[in-house]
Amino acid sequence: MIGFEYARAGTVADAVRQMAASRGAKFVAGGTNLVDLMKMDVERPPKLIDISRLPLDKVEEIATGGLRIGALVRNSDLAYHPLVERLYPVLSSALLAGASPQLRNMASIGGNLLQRTRCPYFYDVATPCNKRDPGSGCPAIGGLNRMNAILGASESCIAVHPSDMCVALAVLEARVRVAGPIGERVVPFAEFHRLPGDTPQRDTNLDPDELVTAIELPPRGFAAHHTYLKIRDRHSYAFALVSVAVGLEIEGGTIREARLALGGVAHKPWRDAQAEAALRGRPAGEAAFAQAADLVLHGARGFAHNTFKIELARRAIVRALSQAARGTPQTQSGKKIA
Amino acid sequence: MEGTGSSTTGGSRAITEPVRLTVNGEARQLAVDVRRSLLDVLRDTLDLTGTKKGCDQGQCGACTVLVDGRRVLSCLILAVSQDGATVTTIEGLARDGRLHPLQQAFIDHDAFQCGYCTPGQICSAAGLIAEGRARTPDDIRELMSGNLCRCGAYTNIVAAIRQAMQPS
Repeated sequence: MIGFEYARAGTVADAVRQMAASRGAKFVAGGTNLVDLMKMDVERPPKLIDISRLPLDKVEEIATGGLRIGALVRNSDLAYHPLVERLYPVLSSALLAGASPQLRNMASIGGNLLQRTRCPYFYDVATPCNKRDPGSGCPAIGGLNRMNAILGASESCIAVHPSDMCVALAVLEARVRVAGPIGERVVPFAEFHRLPGDTPQRDTNLDPDELVTAIELPPRGFAAHHTYLKIRDRHSYAFALVSVAVGLEIEGGTIREARLALGGVAHKPWRDAQAEAALRGRPAGEAAFAQAADLVLHGARGFAHNTFKIELARRAIVRALSQAARGTPQTQSGKKIA
Repeated sequence: MEGTGSSTTGGSRAITEPVRLTVNGEARQLAVDVRRSLLDVLRDTLDLTGTKKGCDQGQCGACTVLVDGRRVLSCLILAVSQDGATVTTIEGLARDGRLHPLQQAFIDHDAFQCGYCTPGQICSAAGLIAEGRARTPDDIRELMSGNLCRCGAYTNIVAAIRQAMQPS
């Protein structure tokens, strides 16, 4: 790890001001990803601005409906928050599917949004990587790519976004509140993360001097019909090969609203408007679910070691939609897949 | 505080900052290199070598300690960020010469072989019990999944934690 300056931010405005004055500096909160990347010399910031003591640790109901979650709320506190468990159980479930209890006790939800990929070439500074060193190449395309993307990848990068929480936030159509030098703005979740294109070094549409201050959830929480199904190499404490978050609204056996997002398959949580539209108005059943899965995956492309994920994703989508429709969401403790 | 400031060695700047910690009930005033993990400060500066350095990357759980009562991974925490924190390590669990119920349960159930992961397992289990979320053996397995045991003592670890969870 290279040497760096360390400073604590007193207020959000102070944090943003310090960042604007220090090119290449990084905000640090839980540190679970950034400190790891600094140990590996993947991140080499000249300065860390510690935001962990800012007053952004509240979960509050929004007067007009919905929930505002401060960016420094810990993953474990959010997962077990009574309002989240009751109104947004898909978010609680996705949080508990991620990392370990120790990491969830440390990691902030703002930091969870900003996790970097776990592509092994991104982590290995002895190899090229367009995300770490733009223009150097992508060894994953012709190398070890079992954990890499099957949707939305580019010639520059086939990395995936590692977060579970973000897959649920995509289904909930959360908004991300950010503060910057010219004030606050609100970013719809679908526009927060990016596909790699020819700029894979940029994971998000956040500017370098902007700070995530909160995540806002609209009132619709899909508490009756939801699931977070995560398929991985071991039962717990592993990144997703494929995960599926689902939120449905069903009346008399007919799907009125459908949201579906995939994790582990793309550079951002993957939604497909056509597939969701195809579910609306249909009877909740295997025929509609299989058609939706086909629509999500019709453009999927596998590489040497991950082609299996296309069929795995197809089956996981059908399974997850069935779980949500039946009102029997996947539990994250007993691992039996219902 | 003495020792605070910056110096240049080998082309990499070493910057130190003052940090106050309460470790196992004892107040400590330190000047730490901002790059040092809480794990390294516990082991190398405070000589509390019960906390183990396994992967040093947040993947094995051997470095688990309690900070302000919550289980965390000391390898991924910059010590400088913990000014004012209360830290409990495996050395701080026994009371008045009596083992912590989890320590006794691990002995009773032979819940280890080589013992390297054990301090992290026990600190993690203390956090699990304080959190109060585990009801069933499945819950214990899931909520202890951040602690790897390469000897494979998992069955006895779950049995030991179940014993310690019983109201005494």
